[in-house]
Amino acid sequence: MLSYVFRRAMQSVLVLLTVGLVAFSMFRFVGDPVENLLGQERTDADIERLREQLGLEDPFPIQYWEFLTRAVQGDLGISFRQGRPVVDIFIERLPATLELAFVSAAFAFLFGVLFGIYTSIRRKGFLTNVILTGSLIGVSLPTFLIGILLIYVFAVELGWLPSFGRGDVVQVGRWSTGFLTESGLKALVLPSLTLGLYQMTLIMRLVRSEMSEVLRQDYIRFARARGLSDRTIYFRHAVKNTLIPVITIAGLQLGSIIAFAIITETVFQWPGVGLLFIDSVQFVDIPVMAAYLMMISVMFVAINFIVDMLYLAIDPRLRDGKTSFS
Amino acid sequence: MMALLEIKNMMVEFPNRRGNFTAVEDTSIEVAAGEILGIVGESGAGKSTIGNAVMGLLQAPGRLGEGKVYLNGSRIDGLSGEQLRKLRGNRIGMIFQDPMTSLNPIETMEMQLVETIQEHLGLSQNEASTRAVDLLERVGIENAKERIKQYPHQFSGGMRQRVVIALALCAEPELIIADEPTTALDVSIQAQILDLIKELCREKQVGVILITHDMGVIAETTDRVAVMYKGRLIEAGSTTDVIHNPRKPYSKSLIAAVPPSNRKIERFPKVAMDDSDGGRLQNFDLSSHWLGRGKRFKDTGNALISVRHISKRFPLNSAILKRKRTYIDAIRDISFDVMPGETFGLVGESGSGKSTVARVITGIHPATSGSIVFADTDLAKIKSGAERRRIRRDVQMVFQDPYSSLNGRMRVGTIIAEPIIVNRLAGTKVERESVVLDLLDLVGLGRDAARKYPHEFSGGQRQRISIARALATRPRFLICDEPTSALDVSIQAQILNLLKDLQEQLNLTYLFISHDMPVMRQMCDRIGVMRNGKLVETSETEALFNDPQHDYTKSLIELMPKFTK
Repeated sequence: MLSYVFRRAMQSVLVLLTVGLVAFSMFRFVGDPVENLLGQERTDADIERLREQLGLEDPFPIQYWEFLTRAVQGDLGISFRQGRPVVDIFIERLPATLELAFVSAAFAFLFGVLFGIYTSIRRKGFLTNVILTGSLIGVSLPTFLIGILLIYVFAVELGWLPSFGRGDVVQVGRWSTGFLTESGLKALVLPSLTLGLYQMTLIMRLVRSEMSEVLRQDYIRFARARGLSDRTIYFRHAVKNTLIPVITIAGLQLGSIIAFAIITETVFQWPGVGLLFIDSVQFVDIPVMAAYLMMISVMFVAINFIVDMLYLAIDPRLRDGKTSFS
Repeated sequence: MMALLEIKNMMVEFPNRRGNFTAVEDTSIEVAAGEILGIVGESGAGKSTIGNAVMGLLQAPGRLGEGKVYLNGSRIDGLSGEQLRKLRGNRIGMIFQDPMTSLNPIETMEMQLVETIQEHLGLSQNEASTRAVDLLERVGIENAKERIKQYPHQFSGGMRQRVVIALALCAEPELIIADEPTTALDVSIQAQILDLIKELCREKQVGVILITHDMGVIAETTDRVAVMYKGRLIEAGSTTDVIHNPRKPYSKSLIAAVPPSNRKIERFPKVAMDDSDGGRLQNFDLSSHWLGRGKRFKDTGNALISVRHISKRFPLNSAILKRKRTYIDAIRDISFDVMPGETFGLVGESGSGKSTVARVITGIHPATSGSIVFADTDLAKIKSGAERRRIRRDVQMVFQDPYSSLNGRMRVGTIIAEPIIVNRLAGTKVERESVVLDLLDLVGLGRDAARKYPHEFSGGQRQRISIARALATRPRFLICDEPTSALDVSIQAQILNLLKDLQEQLNLTYLFISHDMPVMRQMCDRIGVMRNGKLVETSETEALFNDPQHDYTKSLIELMPKFTK
């Protein structure tokens, strides 16, 4: 089991190194930073000096190595546009995105699993049809359209919820949270619904099909033959077996919630890293873009790793290392 | 004496769009306390449906159309879902066929036992736990205290079936319905499980319904037997009566189709009332027909295939360090010869490595060591691809499961034509098509089969398709890996007859792999007995059965369910 954990960890590191290479290549090949840094009245000597200073004359592997060592130490360079360390900007923006992602992931997972279980147990009820039809609409509409529709109904027509921004935030250390004020919580509702709706329907459909499959298994029939109650069969035997494959997908979904927050953040003018990324693309702010790429990949890899470890915790067959037998 | 369970005029139907499918019709059965009643029949006979109907576990949309079911005198067929649930596991226990899938894989044995005990007896966690350990001990699991904390995958198949039985016994039921309880198990484990069921029945005066397709199990275990065919009860009576003096034609033919374990017969009698036989075997003049072409080899008196000291080991884990790697030796030092025109049998229990031998010979797995000489050619020394293809043409395989070994999206004609195309064995499309049709005739399916898809055929017919496909390369050596294990006994008899006829007509050599001793006795000239990857004894078939040398062979012959008419 330990070797399994170790192997997965090594794979994660490899992925990160590769992504780091891509991010680093952006510096080299997307525009010349010197062009951006020096004004119109530069001399050749200025350029030469700056190149020397920035280490741009060093061979590629050495530059990459320096980039990596700096990145590991938390130095991701200085934003071309704002002239401040990228890390500081991220620390400022990250809480907004993480809170949004957390709330929408919780919403997606909770309702996705609940609806999935419900629709697989009551295969033909009225409510099942309502949920399934609703979910079809959910997956067919693009995120930004759902966002705009929600804004129209709840912010413009009904006026219940704000249409943009985070509301009032409270500073807890370096973390700015919207959880502690009423306007902050209100502001979270629409964006997290928008962001989570698609993931929810996906998780729901997955849970539904997995659970229907599990309910056809022999051990469920045998559980019935043992006279166990429906509740025990569904919630003790079926759900846990259902969730094993669902966890992987749900974990990856959490990653993509963070990654796809860009659109939602744009629609709701949410001051998170997604919006920061869009802005940085417009201004070709390469350090910010590279840092964003790194951050997303670290998150994906970390989530993947956690998901694999969760597998170990849930499925006793994996714990014995009987993963491959040909 | 009042019967423990009484089923009166049961009718079970499955409504569908085209009307009602009647799975069980007008069937009346009684079971007394302390008695084992066997229900025997082939697939589709409705024998499992009876068990499910009693338990209230019919799969939707199935329903009990007519009939009454009494348990100890009180009627249980009209009970509500909740009342029936309280009956299940409490007064009626059930055992399913496959112990590998009957237990929840991610919960401990303890949890599954305790929840069942608590459900029915309302004991505290501790009391239930103690009782669970007792139950495991009673069904013969050693170290029950420790093993109860384990998960299903840490138990072998036979051990799991014991746990399944313990689960059925949680609340001391009056009746146990065992649906094919030993079909998925090896013969030695089968004997143990059947003994356990017999013992429980005697000790606790439990009534048992034993549903099976295996006449040998019926003969050895049951007190009375009910024979079913297509949803109807054909005949019921004491087991000895029914087996020795069957009154109805179906019972007679069913019993006739069972391979006798005590003697060798030339052919299996054809089962009457069976409408699935695809027709007669066609004769071809091999000197002029395509099938006879390419039979250029002459009989040199040498073995057709000579297997020398082959071993195969599989890595169990893929550790980077060599010393940390562990292996399993699937087969060790196997040697045997198969003479031209002979049938050589490999018999053994699951995990004994008999299928691995077949796979090594066909080249699916390369051998770790040892050599195989086929028709005087050492397979390891073949260099050219053309030579290898020629050998592969000569060695063909028929697999166990006719459901998964045929591509469901291809027409039968295409399936059989494929090996001919790949090996460029027919000159023209016209010739190829006529060869395919002839092959279908040869295996008794008829020419119309070529246009159909595999799902339109029954299991036995599919196995005929597999055989036709294997014959399409004009092989000399056919490996049959459990070719009839998935089939009903009457169909098994047909397929075994077909294989015998084909061998005679086409002068084929067989390697016949099976775990079924009576079948081996009928099919093989010589038999090798395998255990734990080793060949423990090789002998002429009759000599092996009459005078086994190795202890393991003796126990195999001892344990096989005796079925003598």
